[in-house]
Amino acid sequence: MSATANRALLTVEHLTMRFGGLLAVNDVSFVASNREITAIIGPNGAGKTTVFNCLTGFYKPTIGRLTLDHGDHTFLLEQMDDFRVAQKARVGRTFQNIRLFPGMSVLENLIVAQHNRLMRASGYTLFGLFGTGTYRHAEQEAVEKARYWLDRVRLLDRADANAGALPYGAQRRLEIARAMCSDPVLLCLDEPAAGLNPRESAELNELLRFIKTEHEIGILLIEHDMSVVMGISDHIVVLDYGRKISDGSPEHVRNDPAVIRAYLGEEEDEAEAAR
Amino acid sequence: MAATSQPRFAALSGVGLVAAAKEAGLAAFIALVLAITVIGMRTVDQQGGLGIEFRPTVVGIAVGLVFVGRFLLVLWRQRARPLDRGARERVMDRIGAEVLHYSKYAGISLFALAVAVPIIWSGNRYVVDVATLVLTYIMLGWGLNIVVGLAGLLDLGYVAFYAVGAYSYALIALHFDLSFWACLPLAGLFAASFGVLLGFPVLRLRGDYLAIVTLGFGEIIRVILLNWYSFTRGPDGLSGIPRPSFFGFEFTRRPAEGETAFHQLFGWDYSSMHRIIFLYYLILVLALITNFFTLRIRKLPVGRAWEALREDEIACRSLGINPTNTKLTAFAIGAMFGGFAGSFFATRQGFISPESFTFVESAVILAIVVLGGMGSQIGVVLAAVVLIGGTELFRELSEYRMLAFGGLMVAIMVWRPRGLLAHREPTLLLGRTTAAGGGGGP
Amino acid sequence: MEYFVQQLINGLTLGAIYGLIAIGYTMVYGIIGMINFAHGDVFMIGAFVALISFLVLGIAGVTWLPLALLLVLLIAMFVTSAYGWAVERLAYRPLRGSFRLAPLISAIGMSIFLQNYVQIAQGARVKPLPPLIQGGFTFMEHGSFTVSLSYMQIIIVVLTLALMTAFSLLIARTALGRAQRACEQDRTMAALLGINVDRTISLTFVMGAALAAVAGMMFLLYYGVIDFFIGFLAGIKAFTAAVLGGIGSLPGAMLGGLLIGLIETFWSAYFTIEYKDVAAFSILVLVLIFRPSGLLGRPEVEKV
Repeated sequence: MSATANRALLTVEHLTMRFGGLLAVNDVSFVASNREITAIIGPNGAGKTTVFNCLTGFYKPTIGRLTLDHGDHTFLLEQMDDFRVAQKARVGRTFQNIRLFPGMSVLENLIVAQHNRLMRASGYTLFGLFGTGTYRHAEQEAVEKARYWLDRVRLLDRADANAGALPYGAQRRLEIARAMCSDPVLLCLDEPAAGLNPRESAELNELLRFIKTEHEIGILLIEHDMSVVMGISDHIVVLDYGRKISDGSPEHVRNDPAVIRAYLGEEEDEAEAAR
Repeated sequence: MAATSQPRFAALSGVGLVAAAKEAGLAAFIALVLAITVIGMRTVDQQGGLGIEFRPTVVGIAVGLVFVGRFLLVLWRQRARPLDRGARERVMDRIGAEVLHYSKYAGISLFALAVAVPIIWSGNRYVVDVATLVLTYIMLGWGLNIVVGLAGLLDLGYVAFYAVGAYSYALIALHFDLSFWACLPLAGLFAASFGVLLGFPVLRLRGDYLAIVTLGFGEIIRVILLNWYSFTRGPDGLSGIPRPSFFGFEFTRRPAEGETAFHQLFGWDYSSMHRIIFLYYLILVLALITNFFTLRIRKLPVGRAWEALREDEIACRSLGINPTNTKLTAFAIGAMFGGFAGSFFATRQGFISPESFTFVESAVILAIVVLGGMGSQIGVVLAAVVLIGGTELFRELSEYRMLAFGGLMVAIMVWRPRGLLAHREPTLLLGRTTAAGGGGGP
Repeated sequence: MEYFVQQLINGLTLGAIYGLIAIGYTMVYGIIGMINFAHGDVFMIGAFVALISFLVLGIAGVTWLPLALLLVLLIAMFVTSAYGWAVERLAYRPLRGSFRLAPLISAIGMSIFLQNYVQIAQGARVKPLPPLIQGGFTFMEHGSFTVSLSYMQIIIVVLTLALMTAFSLLIARTALGRAQRACEQDRTMAALLGINVDRTISLTFVMGAALAAVAGMMFLLYYGVIDFFIGFLAGIKAFTAAVLGGIGSLPGAMLGGLLIGLIETFWSAYFTIEYKDVAAFSILVLVLIFRPSGLLGRPEVEKV
C-alpha cells in the first residue's frame, strides 16, 4: 500500500451542520491525504471542532458525505456510530480539553486503547477468565506497543503513575500516544499545542512528523499556534463562520487575501488587521 | 464557609469566637424552623381523630445540638487549617492504599477466620446466622460493586435482581423438582437476562436516568410479585422451597426410604446445626467466587473498559469501545451475582415473600458499597461487617438504622465521594515508575 | 360517558398535584443538571407540615376555614422551603464539581434520611385528616351514575393554575428568573457577570420546595390520609411527568403532570388498579427510549 503515494484518504463533500437555528458548518468540502498533515485553521467559533465531531461520528451532519478510503475498502463516516468510526474506519482523535482516564495509570490508558484487539484475544472474556496463553500473549504485545509509544512521547518512566497526576504537557502527549495505540489510519488532533511552551511545541512538531513518515498515516490538525501550523502542515484548510475560505499549501494560504482579511492579518499586515 | 477566610493563626481569639457563635446561632435558628413542627409537634392517635403531642424539650435538644455542633465545627475550621479537597483526597488515598496493602495479608487471615467461625461457634446458632447474613451482604455488595464501583453505573434497584434470583430459584425448584445446583445457575441466568432487558433501552442514556429507572424497576418487580397471585402467590409468598442437599445427601433426621442423610454419611449424630453450618460455607464459597471473578475480570479488557467508561465515556467511544454493550455486560454480570445471592436467600429461608425485597434493601447494599469505597473489595467487607454486624449488635436502635445509613451516605459523599477506602491499584505495571512518583516531567 | 367524564375530572386533579411536584424536579435539573431524588420526600414533609398546622390551628381555635387554609398554606410553604434550602446546602452544595455519581448518591441518601426522620419523629402509622372541604356539584345525572365535581377538586385545579401563572411570570419577568436562566445556560459565565450563583441555586430549591408543599397540602386534603412513604411513589411519578413533558421545561412539567395523572386514573378505572404504578413507570421507560427530550423539551447536544 505504501506504493501509492499520498492518495486521498479522507474526502469531505458539502459538509453542513446545523444546531437549531445556528449554522455551525456550512457546505465545507476538502480532501486530506495519506502521509500528509492537513491543518484546519480559523478564528474561534469557525466550526473547526464541529467538523471533527462530524468526522468522528459524535455528531450526525445535517448534510454531507464523508468518505474514508482505506485503499481496499471505503467507509461513509456520516453513517457510522462514533465508536464504529474508531473501531472499523480507524479514525483516532484527541480532544480540545484533554480526555484521559485520569484515575487509571498511564500504561492502562494505552492498553484500553487496544481494547477491541484484546477483546478478541480474550475470547470476549470467556477464555481470558481462565488465563489462556493466547490472551497472555496478546496482552504482552499490547504492553510492548504501549512501551513503544511511551518511549516516543517520553513518558516511559511515568508509565505506572496515574494519568490524572501528569503535568499538562505530558497529558497532551499521552493523549496522542493513546490515539496512536488504537492503530488509526487517520489521526485527528484538536489543538494539540494548546497550553504548551515553545520547547514542548517544537517537540510536538517532531512527534507529528515522525508519525506521518514512519507510520504512514494521515493527520488532521486543528491548531491556533501558527508556528506549529506553518512548520509542519502539508496542506491547510481555512474556515471562517462555518465556511471554507481558503484551501491549499501553506504558501498559498499565507498569501491568500481572504485569509489575511479574516485571520492572519495581524501577522502579515498589521494595518489590515486593525481595519 | 466564611471561616476559611480567617487567618491561619487565629487561634482562640475573641473575634473567632464571636464569628463562630454567630454562625452557630444562624444554624440553630434554621434548625428551629425545621424542627418546630416536624419534631416538636407529634401527631398522635386519640379519640376522635389525631391529636398533637407537644415536645418542646426534644426540639430544644435538637437545636442545642446543632448550635454546639456548628460552633465546634467553625472553631475547628478556624484553628486547624482545613484541608482542601485535594489534600484530603491524598491523605485518604494513602490510608486506602495502606489498607489495600495490608488486606493482601489480612485477606488470608480473614479467610481463615471466616472458615473458623462455624467451628469455633459450632453450638451457637445465633453467631453462625449473623455471620451468614453478613456474608450474604458482602456478596451482594461485591456484586453491586461491579456495577457501581467498576462501571460507574448507579443502580438503585439492585434488590430487583436479588428478588428475580430468589423467585426463579423457588419457582424452578418447586415446579420442576431440580436440585439446588441445577437451579442456582438458572436463577443467575434469569437475573442476568432481566438485567439485559432493563439495561438495553436505558444504558445509552445519561447516568442519572439509569438511576431513576432502576429505582422504579425495583419497585415494579415488587408490585408484580405482590399482585400476580397465580404465579407468585402474592403477599402470601412461596413456602416449602427445597433446602439444599450436600451433593444429594439431605440434611434430615430421617431420610426417605433408600436414601442416606448427611449425618449418616459421616456416621455422626443428627444435629440441626449441620444445615446451618453447611449454608454458611455455601455462602462463603459463593461470595469468594464473586470476589475472585471480580479480581480476575478487572485485569481483562472488559474490566478495564468498564473502568475507562466510568472515567470518561466520550474518550472510550473515540477509542472504538462500544459503550452500550460494555455497560450491558457489567449490568448483566452484577445482576447475575445478585441472582445467585437471591437463590441462596430462598434456599436458606425456605420461604420468600415480596416483603424481603423492598427499596430499603437496595439502599443498604448501596450504602455498603459507598461506605466501603467504590471499587474496593476489602472496603465492602469492612462496611458489611460494620453496617450489618453493627445493626445486629444495636438491635434496640434499629429504628434509627436507616436514618443513620442515609445520613452516612450524604456525609461520605461530602467528605470523600469515592468512598472511605477507595484506592485503586493499576491492573498491570510496567515496573519502571520512578520511586518519587511526584515531581519530574517536563 | 358519565364514568369517563368523572375519570377525566379525577385525573386532572391528580395531574395538577403531580405537575406541581414535577416543577421542582425540572427546575433543579435545569439549573444544576441533577435529579433531586429527595424532592419526593420534601413533598411528603410538606404534607406533614400541613397536617400538623391544621391540627394546631384547630387546637388554637382558628375555625374559619378560609383563614385556616391560608395560614396552613403559608406555614407549609415556609417550613418546607426551609427544608428545601437545607437539603441543598447540606447535601448538594459541597459537591459541586465533584465525582459524577456523588450528587446522585448524596441525593438518594438524603431521601432515605428524610423518610426515616419523619417516620421516627411522627410515627410510621398512616395519618388521617377528616375531610374539611365537603360538597360539590353533581351533574349529568343519568339513572344510577352521576358525575361529581367536588369543591376540593376545583380548589386544587384553580390553585395550581394560579401558582403556575404566577410562577411563569416570576421566571419570565424578574431579575431572579433572569439569573436562573443565565445559570442554566452557563454557570461560570453567570458568575463572571456578577450573578450570585449559589444564591440562585438555593432559591431554585426553595421555590421547588414551596410548590411541593402546596402539592403536599392538596394531597392531604384530597386523599385525607398521608404517611411517611408517600414521597417515594409520588416522587417517581412526578419525575416521570417532568421527563415526559421534557425535563428542564416548566410548561412541560405541568403538561407531563396532567398526562401522568390522567393515564394513571384511566388505567385504574379501565384496567387494573394494582398495576397503576407499573403504567407510570412503563411510560417513563418508553419516553426515555423513543423521545428522551420529552414533549416540550429541547434535544440535548452532547458536549464533546
